[in-house]
Amino acid sequence: MARTADVVIIGGGIHGCSTALHLALRGLKPILIEKDYAGRHASGVNAGGVRQLARDLLEIPLSIASMELWERIEELVGDDCGFSSHGTVLIAESDEELAGFRERVDDLHLRGLTHEELIDRAELKRLVPAVSDYCPGGVVSRRDGAADPFRTTQAFRRRAVEEGAEIIEGVTVTGLTRVGSNWRVETSDGAFEAPKVVNAAGAWADRIAAMLGEPVPLTVVAPMLMVTSALAPFIEPVVILRGRKLSFKQRENGTVVIGGGHLATPYRDRNETVIDWNKLALSARTVWELFPAMHEATIVRAWAGIEAYMPDGVPVVGRSSTSEGIFHQFGFSTHGFQLGPATGAVMAELVATGSTNTPIDGLGIERFRP
Amino acid sequence: MTAASDLAPSYDLVVIGGGPAGLAAASLAARAGVSTVLFDENPGVGGQIYRAITTTPVADRAVLGEDYWAGAELASEAKASGALIVNGATVWSLDPQKIVGVSIAGKARMIEAKHVIIATGSQERPFPIPGWTLPGVMTAGGAQTALKAQGLVPSGRTVMAGTGPLLWLLAAQTLRAGGRIDAILDTTPWRNWLQALVHLPDFALSPYFAKGLALLREVKAKVPVHRIDRVGAVGKEKLSEVVFASGGRERRLPADLLLLHQGVVPNVNLANAAGVEHVWNDRQLCFVPVLDADFGSSVPGIAVTGDGAGIAGGTAAAERGRIAAIAAVRALRPEATLPDTQAIRQKLQREEMGRAFLDWLNRPAESFRQPEGETLACRCEEVTAKQVRDMARIGCEGPNQMKAFLRCGMGPCQGRLCGLTVTELIAAERKMTPAEVGYYRLRPPVKPITLAELASLPISEAERKAVER
Amino acid sequence: MFKRLADTGTAVAIVVDGKPVAARAGDTVAAALLAAGIDHCRTTPVTGAPRAPYCLMGVCFECLVTVDGVGSRQGCLIPVHDGMKVETQIGKREAGR
Repeated sequence: MARTADVVIIGGGIHGCSTALHLALRGLKPILIEKDYAGRHASGVNAGGVRQLARDLLEIPLSIASMELWERIEELVGDDCGFSSHGTVLIAESDEELAGFRERVDDLHLRGLTHEELIDRAELKRLVPAVSDYCPGGVVSRRDGAADPFRTTQAFRRRAVEEGAEIIEGVTVTGLTRVGSNWRVETSDGAFEAPKVVNAAGAWADRIAAMLGEPVPLTVVAPMLMVTSALAPFIEPVVILRGRKLSFKQRENGTVVIGGGHLATPYRDRNETVIDWNKLALSARTVWELFPAMHEATIVRAWAGIEAYMPDGVPVVGRSSTSEGIFHQFGFSTHGFQLGPATGAVMAELVATGSTNTPIDGLGIERFRP
Repeated sequence: MTAASDLAPSYDLVVIGGGPAGLAAASLAARAGVSTVLFDENPGVGGQIYRAITTTPVADRAVLGEDYWAGAELASEAKASGALIVNGATVWSLDPQKIVGVSIAGKARMIEAKHVIIATGSQERPFPIPGWTLPGVMTAGGAQTALKAQGLVPSGRTVMAGTGPLLWLLAAQTLRAGGRIDAILDTTPWRNWLQALVHLPDFALSPYFAKGLALLREVKAKVPVHRIDRVGAVGKEKLSEVVFASGGRERRLPADLLLLHQGVVPNVNLANAAGVEHVWNDRQLCFVPVLDADFGSSVPGIAVTGDGAGIAGGTAAAERGRIAAIAAVRALRPEATLPDTQAIRQKLQREEMGRAFLDWLNRPAESFRQPEGETLACRCEEVTAKQVRDMARIGCEGPNQMKAFLRCGMGPCQGRLCGLTVTELIAAERKMTPAEVGYYRLRPPVKPITLAELASLPISEAERKAVER
Repeated sequence: MFKRLADTGTAVAIVVDGKPVAARAGDTVAAALLAAGIDHCRTTPVTGAPRAPYCLMGVCFECLVTVDGVGSRQGCLIPVHDGMKVETQIGKREAGR
């Protein structure tokens, strides 16, 4: 006998857990199936940036909605998730770069989006005193911040369970078929049936889509991060670059997390990644130039989480284009952590009511139809 | 001195660790014509057992004993073998493609290897007792290193505590050198004899039997030995006294130095980070790599040999190193003439004889492996046993989740001094076996490197172009 | 805690927190500190507790010190040299120090 639920969610990252919580808050009974444990991959080991800054226009509504949730995250999940808000600063490394940033910010302002704000050299120095003098300015999003990714994912998981969701870990989905008005989800631990299924399987989501005859051009990637031993506090906002790859933040315990998108080699069938030190050396050089004070900081760990990257760099959020009752929520392309809270809420709304007030146009899977 | 810039971009064989296993392996492979480099992070070769074998200031050979001096031959053989031996070289990364990240004098290089032999040996088992982080508390192995390498002997009020052959060896060496030991607190549980006894006949045939008895006699004639089941270090900013008990009776000894030891366990960090599969060994109470008869690991082209393959001692380590090297040479240079493997295996078998007895007899008691209350489990991040136990009780199922919740294992030692403790505590609280709980997934760099070191990696022209803005 | 078995070896003068310390060729930084009778070589970044060399074989990372301006070096792995400047580390290091 297959076990039944209102919704089966495949994947226990922050997106799956957030959707599970929001469905449960709507009084539905979701079962979430995770092949490892919640937050095992990208959701638990990402850089923890909570950023509205420098997002694709298609994502901005979800990002703004998420920010509202982040700002009351403790109320939502019963844990502050280590969230702190000191802004994100996108640093320009040259005048030309700054000119490009100005165009973007002006364009956003014309669209009525005011979260990005151009800053000059003096304001940059005030926000990030440790930065090298050659940087002429940048862009700040002052409400942005950072959180602890594993703790956040676990908090969503825990609250979802408290609200009535069932979370099953260590179980792999092996098949997905239509049975009457239900979907039958075959797993390594028996079958589940539900009228609705949410595919939040991250780097493995293409396999779920393929079971529906709906192939997607997903690339499996593993952005690398490294962390230093604890240093006395010297920088508050998260710093990112656009020309060169860098994200840089100091956590409250003093450690500095350095990332930015250089990729490790992922082996998704073995849950393994292999670090590329030559690329991390590029990050080290970038940090070296941007923050001379960091020269002798010691790097204690490097890692990479496995996730999905879409060809256009924006996620797949919405209904399946082939299969009634199936919804997709994956492909966040190395910047999905901040979007987790609201995307789960939007997905729950979509699943429960058939529509959502938050614009998600352009994020549908149909854009990849041949 | 070999500098990072002197290294070739690739070697047929990279040996990591310059103890008996690494020295024997490098020397055999180089003699068979394989281009071989040996990296060792210490100032000189010898590993821990033959520490400072070429430079020790301890001139009186009787102090360290003939077993120590046997290392001199290994060192000189390796030096003459043609292998490039680089000391002060810290290997901080190894991946399944056999790319080796190494730093020498603050400069880093990535070296390609066709074959890698990990010979990083063992470390002392964590000994988490109250106060074990106080200055004045050290490992017995540490004191032995100071004796071998710098001729330093304990001179203040000194107490030794624990179990295992090394404790008695250090005591004897210290006494011969004129050092001071006020008391030895023997933590070996009596009931270990029940399991050890059946292996006594084998042990009686091993070379360690007579040596062991002689050591015990030598030490016990000069130092009071107390059987204890509880010990703690007390002091404000540094150790002032050692508190111990047997049964209910608590005693105190004023002390300047407390030396702890409860056996050694494989140093798994590098192999673990390279993706080598490990399993729990219940007799030795530690994780050991899964290996074939030639010490080949689950990652093709990476072997783990010596005590890193499971504890067997220094002489066995050299034989194990030779076996691993022969397999490497067969793969790399099939036409090479090689020594008789069968003879080496027989020698190894003789050396490993009696290991079961030693393992069962010196198995540390649960109370010394699974601390309670405010005793620190993780020294680096100062996480208490109670925190780990509580977190396990409320649902934390594994060491990797524990890392994320409590930061244990996230400090600079990267779990070397808390990994086994955390695994055992989770197992105890969740009524699981350590095998089921598993160990930390370790991340490179397995030794911290500075940002400047990492930035010093030579960057290829292609990569330089790729990042030009 | 420790005494030298024989006063052999060439004298090496190092400076620890601004004060001269007599070491010997063949000493590592950690051994030199122990021989000189220092109480502790750092305080922890978490609670500020004092720590001293513990394992002397590169495993425990308790002997982390600043050597010639480079912080968090493992004192037990670095041989002393004349004029070496060693600083004990107090809590979290300052970036750039």
